[in-house]
Amino acid sequence: MKAGTKFVVGGSLVLLTVGYLMASGIRETGVYYLTPSELQHKLATGESMYDVGMKLGARVVRGSIQRDVSSQTITFRITDGTASYPVVYRGLAPDTFTDEADVVVEGRLQRDGTFHATTLLAKCGSRYEAAPSDSGTGAY
Amino acid sequence: MVDLGNIALWIALLIGVWGTAAAFVGGLRGRPELAASAERSVYVVWGLLALASTALLYALLTHDFSVEYVAAYTSRNLPLWYTWSAFYAGQKGSLLFWAIVVASFGAVAMLANRGKYRELMPYVAGVVLIVVTFFVATMVFSENPFRRLGFTPADGNGLNPQLQNPGMTIHPPMLYLGYTSITIPFAFAIAALISGRLDTGWIHAIRKWTILSWLFLSCGIILGMWWAYVELGWGGYWAWDPVENASLLPWLTMSAFLHSVMIQEKRGMLKKWNLGLIIGSFLLSIFGTFITRSGVIASVHSFAQSSIGYFFLIFLVFAAVAGFSLLAWRWPRLQAESELESMVSREAAFLFNNLVLVTIAFSVLWGTLFPILSEWLKGTKVTVGPPFFNQVNVPLGLLLLLLTGVGPLIAWRKASPQNLRRQFQWPVTAMLVVIAALAALRLSDAWAIVACGLAAFVTGTVVQEFIRGTGARMRLHGEKPALAFVRLVGRNRRRYGGYVVHLGIVMMFVGFTGEAFRTDREATLRPGQAVEVRSPYGHTYRLEHQGVSQYEQLNRFVSAASVDVYRDGRYLGVMKSEKRQHVNSLGQPTFEPSTEVAIRSDLREDLYLVYAGSVQGTEEAVYRITITPLVWWVWYGGMVLVLGGLVTMWPGGGGPTAASRRRAEPAGYVAQVRA
Repeated sequence: MKAGTKFVVGGSLVLLTVGYLMASGIRETGVYYLTPSELQHKLATGESMYDVGMKLGARVVRGSIQRDVSSQTITFRITDGTASYPVVYRGLAPDTFTDEADVVVEGRLQRDGTFHATTLLAKCGSRYEAAPSDSGTGAY
Repeated sequence: MVDLGNIALWIALLIGVWGTAAAFVGGLRGRPELAASAERSVYVVWGLLALASTALLYALLTHDFSVEYVAAYTSRNLPLWYTWSAFYAGQKGSLLFWAIVVASFGAVAMLANRGKYRELMPYVAGVVLIVVTFFVATMVFSENPFRRLGFTPADGNGLNPQLQNPGMTIHPPMLYLGYTSITIPFAFAIAALISGRLDTGWIHAIRKWTILSWLFLSCGIILGMWWAYVELGWGGYWAWDPVENASLLPWLTMSAFLHSVMIQEKRGMLKKWNLGLIIGSFLLSIFGTFITRSGVIASVHSFAQSSIGYFFLIFLVFAAVAGFSLLAWRWPRLQAESELESMVSREAAFLFNNLVLVTIAFSVLWGTLFPILSEWLKGTKVTVGPPFFNQVNVPLGLLLLLLTGVGPLIAWRKASPQNLRRQFQWPVTAMLVVIAALAALRLSDAWAIVACGLAAFVTGTVVQEFIRGTGARMRLHGEKPALAFVRLVGRNRRRYGGYVVHLGIVMMFVGFTGEAFRTDREATLRPGQAVEVRSPYGHTYRLEHQGVSQYEQLNRFVSAASVDVYRDGRYLGVMKSEKRQHVNSLGQPTFEPSTEVAIRSDLREDLYLVYAGSVQGTEEAVYRITITPLVWWVWYGGMVLVLGGLVTMWPGGGGPTAASRRRAEPAGYVAQVRA
């Protein structure tokens, strides 16, 4: 066998392995990324969305954040304007987690309709720029 | 001054358009006066952008808050150093920064190659001008940094506190420099394709540029990791965030190019591949900018979303179509001059190295774009996170580490059994010893054992090369060891600089293995109360909460929580983590509070302490404690890598490189100048 052919065979082996790892990685670790209304829509169409790993991207409802420091539990509601879900998160929230912050919560929806989050990411409109309405223009 | 900057941008736009047209017409029609005008346009555009940049800096430093950009990113109480960095902290300023940097690189390339590569230079000027003009047009038509507010606020917004960090002042420009400097190799590649001068001339012209881009990207990425670690407070340095991934992509393809280009120089193979890598790297650098600025992919990094994404998308598609069409057009003229002779050869090792690097790049790109791809294909966004990237890239990374050791030592063409034994018996022994030792210590993570074993293997090959090279000089020239060593490196900078880079990579890989043994712990402590954490090395850390103090400092209010730290009962000192609330000069709070992390670092492990807040008004504090082994190795590995890159870059020094460059300067180019 020519060396060139051997390289193609060897290279294909590497690529096939990687292809397999990528496919299985997506199957095993990929999670839905939904907005609350998309989730509501999926539930309405009868899709089983309970206890499935997913991420929800939405905004924190103003005034809904309740912190219980002793058990380090935070409860709050998120909304995208149409649908809204209560979230329970245990752990430390990032600095940027405040009223009306854009958040991404990862976790599972429970049968009782609450979302149990295992991770909580928050961004203020952007990390590099001042939040457009809340904190920003106050200084002008 | 502000109006002057604005006018300068407009003139730069006009000259840019003229210069682009002149470059391509001049080149294609063979009209040297037009080509010369295009090259002069690069200098003029550079001058105009320098003027615009000066104007913006002047506005920033004089607190001219009537300018929207100045008001949005600075305030009167912002320290001077960070006021400078506001130049590129926001969208608009960073576009100007980008444009001036590309123009500067372009001007340097023109200056360095005046009288050389005459057939290439008009197109090089043309491509540089297209890129610069694109950025100027984006500013003028959409994101003008000189836009006035119509009124003058008493004070500005201030800079996001997370950007008020020394690392953050140099991390973005380093990345920008890396991204932008790829424009020059890209311009030469396009020039070679259009002009049909497909010999190694263009490759010699861009050698330093490719290393330079690679070095800037490396610095940018490593500084970004460091910033994430010390500033963001989640205890890690790499999260496979889309923006991080975007910076890694061109780094991977440039790394591939730096290796595969050696095969083209030595054996005349991989011509199409090398052109493809350069075009791909440029596209990925634009893609990185697009990802950062468009908000198409949810990332914690993103700039405020704006229509600017479309500008970049259109430019990206244009550059891709143009680049790859030219490559397809010249395809028949890019035949290899020799073929692969054996799988046990340096060529084969480098081919696999390229395959692995590009596969990593592809999988990272795929994972990053997967939310978009899945939405197109299935109508639902599906995201993948760190588990996906780790699952795919840990095995690939280890394969790459293995090749790092094999590639430089194995013979060209076909390695004989003697060559293999001579080169690899000691490194392989080192690897086996380390693996056996770690297995005997019952290290729980198999990947980590393999990684450390391979690290020993590569270190063995590098040390062996230095020892043998130095020994040979001592015998041949009768030099003392130190002198022989210095001359060895000095006379073969590319080779030995490359080895140093490999050592840096090895150190970083060793550091990465530490992540497998990371321990996280949260604790709520009253003053005087303590928590004990066992480190992966078996040490017991005891952290005793001292209390929370509050004070004003510079442009912020600080709540500082302190703990006394003991290791195995021995007192180490105080660690202090802060919550900072930044204020403007009127004392009003700006931005959300930010956290300052406390880190105790040594060769073996990092103790990382985050003060997460207090229980309603009391001094009872919530802490997160993270212990990660070997983090130090990532940062020092990064420094070694950069040092190696600098050795490779260092100008002068003769050696085979300069000699082969003189040889490779084809007569055709010189004749052109005289004509």
